[in-house]
Amino acid sequence: MKVHVLAFARLREILQAPQRSLELPEAARAADAWAALERDRPALAAERSSTRVARNGRLVSFDETLREGDELAFLPPVGGG
Amino acid sequence: MFRITGEPIDAQLLHAIVRDGDGGVVTFFGIVRSAADDDKRVSGLWYEAHESMALREFEAIANEARLRFGDVRMAIVHRIGELRPGEISVAVLASAPHRAAAFDACRYAIDQLKQRAPIWKKECYADGAAVWKDGR
Repeated sequence: MKVHVLAFARLREILQAPQRSLELPEAARAADAWAALERDRPALAAERSSTRVARNGRLVSFDETLREGDELAFLPPVGGG
Repeated sequence: MFRITGEPIDAQLLHAIVRDGDGGVVTFFGIVRSAADDDKRVSGLWYEAHESMALREFEAIANEARLRFGDVRMAIVHRIGELRPGEISVAVLASAPHRAAAFDACRYAIDQLKQRAPIWKKECYADGAAVWKDGR
């Protein structure tokens, strides 16, 4: 199945793209999506503990099961204002 | 009124939410500083946001302010993209029948926004270096 990944700030820079699509096995979890990205960009490993994940705009745990067409956003620590 | 915009923030626009009967209006502007906390010269800031999530967070913050402080209307507008020192990065307006609620709601909203809204900023220095700044 295909999911749509968004990455922001330092994560976007490491991925060298604000978004990309990922092909994942059925019933993959958010953590599997992160692992797939990390295989591609090992520098992501150091960011994992401070990253939160949102599925279709709602914060979820990395254990969340994904479905075809989901938007998965990886959010580093925020700092607006 | 809740917005994320790539255009300069028009302070007058926020006043549209003020209602007849409101006797106190408090506005906060966040301005890009020309010096960092360690006095390094800042050439500009880069802001980015998860826009739909940020807008929902602005709304949630305004709803919380109403629960805490009573009858208060709020406008929250955040700019994204490249900003220069002196430009407005964020504007919060709180309008209420009396000043106490307006002051409290405005302070609450900007504090919560900094901690919670999915918005990121990178400080770019005159020497070419740049650092992502986490919220405090």
